[in-house]
Parts: sequence; structure tokens; C-alpha cells
Amino acid sequence: MVDGRLTLIDDGRAVDVPARFRADGVRLRPADVTAALGWELKPEGLCHGGICVPVRNPAELVDADGVDLAALARLMARPLALDVEERTAYLAASAAERCAQLATLQAPEFTLPDLSGRLHSLSDYRGRKILLIAYASW
Amino acid sequence: MALDQCADDPRPFIEAAAPEHPSLIDTEHRLADLYGIINVPTAIWIDEAGTIVRPNDVAFGSEVFRELTGFDSVAYLDAVREWVREGTLPFDRRGVRERQMLPSADEQLARAEFGLAWHLHKSGKPDAALRHFERGGELSPDDFTIRRGSMPIRGIDPMASPEFLELYQEWTARGRPYYRPRA
Repeated sequence: MVDGRLTLIDDGRAVDVPARFRADGVRLRPADVTAALGWELKPEGLCHGGICVPVRNPAELVDADGVDLAALARLMARPLALDVEERTAYLAASAAERCAQLATLQAPEFTLPDLSGRLHSLSDYRGRKILLIAYASW
Repeated sequence: MALDQCADDPRPFIEAAAPEHPSLIDTEHRLADLYGIINVPTAIWIDEAGTIVRPNDVAFGSEVFRELTGFDSVAYLDAVREWVREGTLPFDRRGVRERQMLPSADEQLARAEFGLAWHLHKSGKPDAALRHFERGGELSPDDFTIRRGSMPIRGIDPMASPEFLELYQEWTARGRPYYRPRA
């Protein structure tokens, strides 16, 4: 078991949090979970923005070393890619979230740079038809 | 919008084409994640209100790939022009929804693995990155943005390497799943 820092990338945004690295995974302090991800452990369960997910197996989620990141991700229903050795984890958006957004047929907003580095947002072009083409040099 | 690891990769093409429209670079594959893009080229129509009026399609800008893919670029481009000029849409909302291919849990997990791999690669950890690129490819075998998109990052030729040829043969054997229909 080693104390250190985890680079946690939350849907593209990287944060650095204190973490405990064990053979069976990574543990974070509840306060750091809240600070980094906005989820709070309460008696009602794991809560975020007024919604609480019941924690059926509290012992699996939290022990003296803190919150297990993999168990947390499962409760948040978000996919987690974890590299314990490299002390880095990536939490992607859930399929449910992506599907719900796409099902509204509202084109998801984005901001990306052009070759000169100038940023363009989809909303900049509201009022015009957009043919969005994804391609690559590969 | 180029799903490339840096602006320099698509730059020669963009500069040669000198388009009047914006050409954006998506190194983090953000758009692939938001729009469920699994291969290139992919074309999506968005109207003046920001509504998706034609979902993800394979769409080539010329007949170059007609023989290889069977895709009729002339018909597609005619449809685009009719939309622009007349506002003609091929599908109503229900038709668009029926034709959307929405991501599965494994496909999103694959995107997490890709995101982790790309971060590790940028941090100077190519061996660790490779493990996660490969894991992403296992989770979402039809997602060329992961399996083929990671090849230049991994220093592999995405056009003619044995790895790409193997990927292409395996994909062909599965019926070239791209967008609808997919089993």
C-alpha cells in the first residue's frame, strides 16, 4: 500500500488527487471524491446534485483507506479505465448519458481549435446549416 | 474536423484544399465521444436550430472510393445541396432517431481506455499507453477511431502495415460494420 497522487481525468478534465494505491485498486478520501467529482457520501447513499444512489454494499465502497475508485465508478455508472502502476485513471461519460443526449437530437455543443489555434464552438454557427465531417490523416 | 493526434498531421491536406469553411482539430477525440463517431469519414447534418437532422453516415466527397465501398458520393452530395438550397430532409425526426447508432457500455469503456492511453502517451509512457489502446480495441472492435486512430500514435502505418491489413481483413469478414446496419 502506497500513498501518493492519482491523475484522474474526468471526461477530459485532469485533476490531481491524493490517493492510496493498494494491490486491489486505488482508494480516495471521501472529501477528495467530492472535491474532484462532486459526488458526496451521505447516509442516503452516494449523492450528486440532489440525486442519491443507494449504496447496497457500503463495505465494498468504503473502508479505513477510503473510497474504492472502481466501486465508485460502478455506482456512478460511468466507465473507468485505470492504470494503478501509472497512477492514472480516466472516467468517461456513460453510455446512458451519451445516448440520452443524442436521443434529444440536439447536437452536443463542442469547442475545438482550427489550424491557427483559434477556437470554434458549434453554438457560434447557430442560425446556419452545418455539415459536420469527421475525417483523419489515417 | 480531423481526428488526428496533432494539427501537423492533417495540415498538408487542409492547406492544399484551402477551404472556406472552418477546419478543426480534435486531438482528444472529443467529437467522436459526443457524437458516437466510430470511423472516418463520418458526416452529420445539423440545422439552424442546432438539431441533428441527418445522423452519422459514411460519406465520401468524391467517387474515389466508389469501387472499394460501394458508396455513391454523387447521390449524397446532391442530397446535401438540396438540403442547403431547398431545406429538403431525407428523414423526419423519427427517421433520424431510428437511424442513430447509439453507444453501448463497452463502447464508452473503450473510449475511457483510449482517453487513458492517449494521456499516458502524451506523458511519455508509450508502453503503458499501448496496453490501453489495445484494451480499447478489444472492447470496441468496430471503432476505427481507436484501433486505426491509435496507429500513427503508436508509430504504425495506418495505411499499409500488417496490423492495419489484419484489422481490415477481420472487419471485412464481419461485414464491414460501420453505421447502420450493425448487428
